[in-house]
Amino acid sequence: MRHILSVLLENESGALARVVGLFAQRGYNIDSLTVAATEDPTISRLTLVTRGDDQVIEQITKQLHKLIEVVKLADLSESAHIERELMMVKVKTTAEQREEVKRCADIFRGQIIDITANTYTIQVVGTSDKLEAFIQALNGTQILETVRSGVSGISRGERTLSL
Amino acid sequence: MTSQNTQPELLSGGAMLIRALADEGVEYVYGYPGGAVLHIYDAMFQQHQVKHVLVRHEQAATHMADAYARASGKAGVVLVTSGPGATNAVTGIATAYMDSIPMVVICGQVMSHLIGDDAFQETDMLGISRPIVKHNMSVRRPEDIPYLVKKAFYIAQSGRPGPVVLDIPKDMTIPSQKFPYEYPKDIKLRSYNPNAKGHPGQIKKALTTLLAAKKPVLYAGGGVILGQASEELTVLARKLNVPVTNTLMGLGAYPASDPQFIGMLGMHGSYEANQVMHNADVIFAVGARFDDRVTNATKKFCPNATIIHIDIDPASISKTINAHIPIVGLVKPVLQEMLHQLEKNKSELDKDALGQWWQQIKQWREVHGGRYDQSPSHLKPQAVIEAVHRHTKGDAYVTSDVGQHQMFAAQYYKFDKPNRWINSGGLGTMGFGLPAAMGVKLHYPDAEVVCVTGEGSIQMNIQELSTCKQYGLGVKIINLNNGYLGMVKQWQDMNYDSRYSSSYMDSLPDFVKLAEAYGHVGIRVTKAEELEPALERAFALKDKLVFLDIHVDPTEHVYPMQIPGGAMNEMFLSKTERT
Ligand SMILES: Cc1ncc(C[n+]2csc(CCOP(=O)(O)OP(=O)(O)O)c2C)c(N)n1
Ligand SMILES: [Mg+2]
Repeated sequence: MRHILSVLLENESGALARVVGLFAQRGYNIDSLTVAATEDPTISRLTLVTRGDDQVIEQITKQLHKLIEVVKLADLSESAHIERELMMVKVKTTAEQREEVKRCADIFRGQIIDITANTYTIQVVGTSDKLEAFIQALNGTQILETVRSGVSGISRGERTLSL
Repeated sequence: MTSQNTQPELLSGGAMLIRALADEGVEYVYGYPGGAVLHIYDAMFQQHQVKHVLVRHEQAATHMADAYARASGKAGVVLVTSGPGATNAVTGIATAYMDSIPMVVICGQVMSHLIGDDAFQETDMLGISRPIVKHNMSVRRPEDIPYLVKKAFYIAQSGRPGPVVLDIPKDMTIPSQKFPYEYPKDIKLRSYNPNAKGHPGQIKKALTTLLAAKKPVLYAGGGVILGQASEELTVLARKLNVPVTNTLMGLGAYPASDPQFIGMLGMHGSYEANQVMHNADVIFAVGARFDDRVTNATKKFCPNATIIHIDIDPASISKTINAHIPIVGLVKPVLQEMLHQLEKNKSELDKDALGQWWQQIKQWREVHGGRYDQSPSHLKPQAVIEAVHRHTKGDAYVTSDVGQHQMFAAQYYKFDKPNRWINSGGLGTMGFGLPAAMGVKLHYPDAEVVCVTGEGSIQMNIQELSTCKQYGLGVKIINLNNGYLGMVKQWQDMNYDSRYSSSYMDSLPDFVKLAEAYGHVGIRVTKAEELEPALERAFALKDKLVFLDIHVDPTEHVYPMQIPGGAMNEMFLSKTERT
């Protein structure tokens, strides 16, 4: 099962290394990882996508909790939540492909954010599934580069993960 | 009194470090100097509150600090230089980590501006130690030193204890740069709240389950010793009249001479302890972690048992074996609450069922009962441990190394008190025994301290005989010399048709002469009749270090031994018998 863990972490050097090290040492996998400071600069938020059965996920959350710098954490996938990932795709576009690529981007509510004589750079935001569907939809177009931010998530409704 | 004359004193980073240790109540620091810690050593020299013990290898410093912690319950302190000093300490840090021992390790580091340049004696000690510490930190500003020392002790000693590394770049301790010194009284971290009392509802549920049991067992581990809860455990067990088994780390948590004690459990546990576990209907695990050396194959583990598990570390609960009634909390308050509830309800277990259970246990006790073969030609290691127990009236601190001798000590020295059995259970570190004995002896000079070792293990830190001379540490070394890396040989006998690939120790030193060369007393024992007089003499030489080189049966194996891949109660009972 895929889980999205949201972690509030002391914004100290070495804290991130400890989280990543934990996954490596104990053989847990990381599908994606994003981290940045929150509105409180002493706290970082880390969003981590991992996979495992219930027992593995339970161990992961317990082991994360044990790290001294981890302040709070939640498994967003346990309740209603919103998940977003940002992707930028640079594609090669011949004159006759341009219309088609533009239409495809529109369908996925993507935006063309840069343009050259031979390329389009498209930004798409959504769930990881949606981003993958977009890549599928581009078939026939030559992808030069994709850049993905990794997943961020937040609970729906009034539930929050904050201090 | 006005507050005007309480201006904080101005101290250098190095002096603040030492003063903070003194304010923390530290009496001894074990260490070894070098470039990055010279300022600190100079500050040490200029005061007399904190004493320094100079070892001969940094690994020994960590084991001394570790063993002091195991005996006293307080964090031991290590001071080493950067680079090789720090890396030499790694094995000792890992040893403490695996057994949850509180320790503060202060490592020198190159100057801040050189970090990352591959400077002379630079190693990334934060990176190296990260997987083997409870926490590590580096000093960025000298004025933070008192706070960071306080934080290091707080983290090391609270909750599930463990080692903390404090990395100090040399420019944080410059003698001419002084700062106001104040040692924090206490500390609170928003991200760390370790002291749980246990959920009252869960405790009640646990007690109800335990009281309904027909075949209960109390399985107590090192957490009872670390949590100083032996007394509560003993009272509870006696009130309920349930059998008690201790793990290797928990020996002494429940008195071995008590009739309710059924011995150690696990790989080399007693026949009865492993049978009781396997057949139990309720297992009450207290401060134990279902280690693989206890459970044998987890799939076959105790099929009929409801498991109650108290541990301060939630990650230890349901990690390998699912707990039906988990209680996250410090062992002591949880057991106190249980006793309190028991007192109120005045309930007890079903007398008939319990009587039958004890009847069954009595039969199991007769099956093996710790017997071992006698040999006309050789001293038996088990007999040596029994004799040491007699000569020390069962009241010594016993440290050990790793191997067959360790298991014989665990099985045959009947520990009646906690904190007396000091061994590297989790990491299994050969070389632990002698420095560990030294750490205990230094703090308890009047106590009898015995190191049970093997001719392989003792050579891993034999240089410490020199430290013993310098500080007059009169420990007694019981070298169970079988001429083999005996535990390796045992596995080779059992699994590799006795092909002794590198398990034979050729060219052993003359340990008697070696001990004498270091200024100690050496006694060799090769025959059974020499043992008693040798022990007599050794223990009469109160303040002397005596190295007893005792030649024991080289063919002996440790039994019982769980059959790999089997259930808890599947065991070899001797070279020719199995369950
Ligand atoms: C540092 C280290 N290296 C290797 C081992 C693996 N090992 C476990 S027991 C053992 C043999 C120990 O021999 P000795 O000290 O003579 O004890 P004996 O088993 O003969 O009593 C070895 C090599 C270990 N535990 N620690
Ligand atoms: Mg040996």
